[in-house]
Amino acid sequence: MSPHPHRLPLRRLARFALAVAACTWVPALLAATPKDTLVLAMAFDDIISLDPAESFEISTGELLGNAYDRLLRFDVDKPSKLVPDVAASWAVSADGKTYTFTLKSGLKFASGNPLTADDVAWSLQRAVLLDKTPAFILTQFGFSKDNVKDRIKALNATTLTFETDKAYAPTLVYNCLTANVASVVDKKLVLSKEAVKDGAGDLGWAWLKTNYAGSGAMKIREWRANEIVALERNDNFSGTKSRPARVIYRHVKESTTQRLLLEKGDIDIARNLTPQDLDALATNKDIKTVATPKGTVYYFGLNQKNPILAKPEVREAFKWLVDYDAIGKTLIKNIGVINQNFLPQGLLGAASDKPYKLDVAKAKALLAKAGYPKGFKVTVDMRTTQPVQGITEAVQQTLKQAGIELEILPGDGKQTLTRYRARSHDIYIGQWGADYWDPHTNADTFVRNPDNGDDAKSKPLAWRNAWAIPELTKQADAAALERDGAQRAKLYLALQAEFRKSSPFVMLFQQTEVAAYRANVDGLKIGPTADSTYVYLVGKK
Amino acid sequence: MNPSLQRGAAAAARGLVAIVLTVLGLLAVTFFIGRVIPVDPALAIAGDRAPEHVLQRVREELGLNLPLPQQFLRYVGKALHGDFGNSVLTTHPVLDDIAATFPATLELATCGILLGAGLGVPLGVWAAVRRGGVADHTVRVMGLVGYSVPIFWLGLMALVLFYAKLGWVAGPGRIDVAFEYSFERTTGLMLLDAARAGEWEAFRNALSHLALPAGLLGYFSLAYISRMTRSFMLNELAAEYIVAARAKGLSETRIIWRHALRNAMVPLVTVIALSYAGLLEGSVLTETVFSWPGLGLYITNSLQNADMNAVLGGTIVVGTVFIALNLLSDGLYRLLDPRTRDTR
Repeated sequence: MSPHPHRLPLRRLARFALAVAACTWVPALLAATPKDTLVLAMAFDDIISLDPAESFEISTGELLGNAYDRLLRFDVDKPSKLVPDVAASWAVSADGKTYTFTLKSGLKFASGNPLTADDVAWSLQRAVLLDKTPAFILTQFGFSKDNVKDRIKALNATTLTFETDKAYAPTLVYNCLTANVASVVDKKLVLSKEAVKDGAGDLGWAWLKTNYAGSGAMKIREWRANEIVALERNDNFSGTKSRPARVIYRHVKESTTQRLLLEKGDIDIARNLTPQDLDALATNKDIKTVATPKGTVYYFGLNQKNPILAKPEVREAFKWLVDYDAIGKTLIKNIGVINQNFLPQGLLGAASDKPYKLDVAKAKALLAKAGYPKGFKVTVDMRTTQPVQGITEAVQQTLKQAGIELEILPGDGKQTLTRYRARSHDIYIGQWGADYWDPHTNADTFVRNPDNGDDAKSKPLAWRNAWAIPELTKQADAAALERDGAQRAKLYLALQAEFRKSSPFVMLFQQTEVAAYRANVDGLKIGPTADSTYVYLVGKK
Repeated sequence: MNPSLQRGAAAAARGLVAIVLTVLGLLAVTFFIGRVIPVDPALAIAGDRAPEHVLQRVREELGLNLPLPQQFLRYVGKALHGDFGNSVLTTHPVLDDIAATFPATLELATCGILLGAGLGVPLGVWAAVRRGGVADHTVRVMGLVGYSVPIFWLGLMALVLFYAKLGWVAGPGRIDVAFEYSFERTTGLMLLDAARAGEWEAFRNALSHLALPAGLLGYFSLAYISRMTRSFMLNELAAEYIVAARAKGLSETRIIWRHALRNAMVPLVTVIALSYAGLLEGSVLTETVFSWPGLGLYITNSLQNADMNAVLGGTIVVGTVFIALNLLSDGLYRLLDPRTRDTR
């Protein structure tokens, strides 16, 4: 008998454990992504539908931008310029109400079905008939379920007319038609999948949520929620054929995880890196970055239902109590630039004025004038994500210098949004992204409030902060109808000047989107909108 | 009928009733909590930009305008017919989603508990036998670290070291992109599916992806299981029958592994079963760090978006797993401990 007999099984166990470890140990493969496949890490838990008539989410925007054609697009290098997609040419009638589009000939869907003007007309009608979230981009031109079949119609296989209720600015109409909701879907294929319930068809809605019926550069092969999206080259595409044969998006929520994958070469492109991780990658020679200003602006909204915040002097004081310089240099470094206007840079008529800076003395004088020389107490609803949390905490400090005590009510995104939409906040820190590439998209929400009543039909940001502005609403409407481009830009500049002065919005910054990619990748360009980042143009050496 | 069979049938029936009642109770609690969360579920579907009439229509479709008890009855009625509704986030039927996410968690949790129990029990025994010695202190420190270090941080550090620096294991995700479409996923258990298809390269790759998260979960359950084993073993080793066994001249090995451990196993089975159940619930943080598309992440994400069908479906699965493992450990009790057998 050995002196420590009970050691024996342990030794056996250790040997077993080693054996297990040896089996598991697999030397890491070099350059794990296949040559003809582009692999991206991205957080895409926002996707809820792949149907262009329904989807309005950022990640879906990118997928559909690569997978569906529309009549026209804007030029990514010069967003104010329109370029043909399936339409070869377009014109507007003298009275400004009838638009005529002529299609290229010989177009085909990925399914092999021919793409005709009838498909385009039906796709636009379908978006209006289904009336999902993004439908307003089309219905704002006077379309309804009752009239859309008469007002959007195919004259023959290659000609289509589009009749609006008023003479809108043509740029506005065209810009709206570049949006995802105006994508062309394969009528024959979609109708063959239509589900009929109680005698009413769903126009293929249930099927198209998770399937694909387009003609773009890439086909959507599969979407597994929170796991993977696979795109595949569409050989029927009429434009430049896709460079990669496949594009794989992997759902990776954590920035650090994305960074590790990129450094190891298990992915080619990382899409959601924090400023810290971007800094950490700056010295890595194998990694490059590309950045583009996006159409998203961040702001504080001051609810005018709160009698203190409703005083003009208090509103202005808040604008002097934000340390824009410090925020720009630290909290939003790499991911944004200070912007004090409701239009993001890059849109027609966007102003670049930045009159406000941190000025506590001036703010104190304004507060005294308003009757609050010692400040007051107020709450802010804040999502617990960066950079909004850091910014809110920074502003909490600067407000204190003027005696304003800011109590932070943290919550998750949907929770704070629910409160905001019910107008039960004092202050809300939010963001707003352009829905389509035209200044009206932001004017519509920041300076239009047709009905400030509690049961209003439309609830733009001006409504959410109970800012009653009949005069500005009229001016914003006029800007949407101005047919002269230069004059239209002037109208938006005037709206922004008034907004900077009197609005209850403290504008903070415009988002910059940064992607990091491995040095053997070329051709990656982040578009200003979600649907203008074209992965099919990205190659790999 | 054979009386022992009869007793068995009665026990099974009792078990079934317990499952049904517990699941119903769980459902009711989850349902009402879900409905008082101050989040508008219609918002998750239609999005922030949806016009008011679209939101209103979505609320009607979801039945959110009905009184709460009526909503609950409607849900249970459908559930009894096997319809757990669709998730609003993934648009798939909840059952399909669970069938897709649960195997990922099952694979991870099973490997984790095998490691945790396989190493934790011997380590605990070792610590108990060498009480106060170096072995005991080593196991204690390992346990303490396992308890106190946040799993999120440890996971990231493990990734940095074993994946990024040393390159011993594959990184986040369940399998490399290259193998993504190389075999059919019938069960959703990567290892099993790859083995069945004879894709051994893919099998090795999946195993390499599994090593780190499973090792991590294994370590955390090891920390707990080894501590519990140690204390159960100390109890047993102090008992009179051990003294008697020693007096009889039995070998120390036999005393420890056959006599003491066998008795300590009775409560240990419950500890291990509950640890396993805890892992099967899905470890949200581990799943986040390792981009593991499992049940924990699915339920959390659904909860944040007030996607109640998905949350309720997930709750049923988790609840059933807990109850089933409890029943299983009760069954094992009977095998291990003759005193708990019915002798009437």
